[in-house]
Amino acid sequence: MVKKVFAKSYVWLMLLIMYAPILTLIVFSFTESKNIGSWTGFSFKLYRDMFKNEEIVTALVNTIIVAVSAGIVSTILGTLGAIGIYYCTPKAKRIMNGLSQIPVMNAEIVTAISLTILFVSFGVKFNFFTLLVGHVVLTVPFVVLSVMPKLKQMDPNIYEAALDLGATPKKALWSVVIPEILPGIFSGFMLTITLSLDDYIITAFTRDNSFSTLSTYVYGATAKKGALPPTLRALTTVITLIVLGILIIINVKTKNKKVVNRRGRI
Amino acid sequence: MSKIKFQRKHLSIPYAAFLLLFVVLPLILIVYYALTDVNGTISLKNFINFFKDKNKLGLLSFSVIIGVANTVLCLLIGYPIAMILSNRKYNKSMVMVLLFVMPMWINFVLRTAATRDLLYWLGINGGENPYLATMIGMVYNYLPFTILPLYTTMLKMDKSLIEASYDLGAKPYQTFYKTIIPMTMPGIVSAATMVFMPTMSSFVISDIMGERKISLIGNAIQFNFDQSRWHDGSLIALIMLLIIGIITLLTKNIQKEENVRGGLW
Repeated sequence: MVKKVFAKSYVWLMLLIMYAPILTLIVFSFTESKNIGSWTGFSFKLYRDMFKNEEIVTALVNTIIVAVSAGIVSTILGTLGAIGIYYCTPKAKRIMNGLSQIPVMNAEIVTAISLTILFVSFGVKFNFFTLLVGHVVLTVPFVVLSVMPKLKQMDPNIYEAALDLGATPKKALWSVVIPEILPGIFSGFMLTITLSLDDYIITAFTRDNSFSTLSTYVYGATAKKGALPPTLRALTTVITLIVLGILIIINVKTKNKKVVNRRGRI
Repeated sequence: MSKIKFQRKHLSIPYAAFLLLFVVLPLILIVYYALTDVNGTISLKNFINFFKDKNKLGLLSFSVIIGVANTVLCLLIGYPIAMILSNRKYNKSMVMVLLFVMPMWINFVLRTAATRDLLYWLGINGGENPYLATMIGMVYNYLPFTILPLYTTMLKMDKSLIEASYDLGAKPYQTFYKTIIPMTMPGIVSAATMVFMPTMSSFVISDIMGERKISLIGNAIQFNFDQSRWHDGSLIALIMLLIIGIITLLTKNIQKEENVRGGLW
């Protein structure tokens, strides 16, 4: 009993410490003071300021555009890649899996500068395309890694069965293989979005300097000494609420799925 | 010319081409720049000089020290958390685990800046205590990456072996050292690599938390590229690559969790 109380309080204490910075910003997002720590009365002014601040709104929109584009490109490229690799000869499979590991294991800064060298050497101007390539390099291996286990779990005969029943190979892939590996594709897509939203280093090295995302905007703001601009406190609250919302939705959905599966087994 | 028959393996061609163009070729370019000088002549001089330069060796060993310190701290704090979370007596739902991982979804730069502001309020000024502030920032950022692989390994752990160890008369600490630690070794190695290498090469946390007073390998690479010194920057990047390569090879056999970040979804 004592052990249980001790264990639980350790976990809760650690959670409290971990969330302390974010919670502090959230609390002080409801006051107008310049720095956290001083409370100058309750107000929603920072929220109004935030939505009026064009730089922040643009950075937010840009971040989402990059994440969704990178998500779509990586998911298509990675899913096709995974299916292709799965049916390769063992030797080709080993090589491809090894190559896929490079961006995963590599330090982000090394990946970032290697792309800078590539683009500058070939005279490519930094623009949305170079940024997108950077994000796809960062994320596409994770799609392959998410899809691969689903391919291994799949019954290998169903594709042959579809062909025997008269489907063309493309049709068989589309209506038999893809639905089987859909959960892997989905988790790969979500992972891509997460990594892209969070990224600073690759973005900083592959973007056009006039194009700012949330990360580069906040990083620029920290370069000035002193605390973050107060409007960023309101932004933190909004982002935390969105993340929390998405997590709750996903959690409820997966719980429902599990219930269905259990019933299905009975 | 007859049309080439569609084969499933052909689907990987775009992916393979992408990897060759945007992963392999850029790395070759890094090696090229690292091993040449400004005139374009190939020489190992830069490479050898790096290991003769006291400042650069200092930078390298300092990065290793910070990396090791952060890894040890994260493991010390994270191991008990993962153990408690994976123990059904204390925790039955995924919610607590998700709570520990959730900060990963809030923008990394924003999170780090928030930590800096809180420390500032508490009287720990990054300008005056760059080391302390940077270490705190590092632990904050990498703790979730430690907890997750440890937690997944512990869930799969065969609990009956722990009971067997007690039945055979082992004391709690003996059980811990001789049964639990070896069984969770894949998770420990996985967590350690997830923390150690990014810590060494990160420059954002040391920049924000230490108010640009601390330099790690990552800072050095970034600085050289900011100053357009590609040859020097590439050389440090190549050394970083070698370190990563060696660690990956060394841990390949122990580490079975292939996709730690993927476990999130």
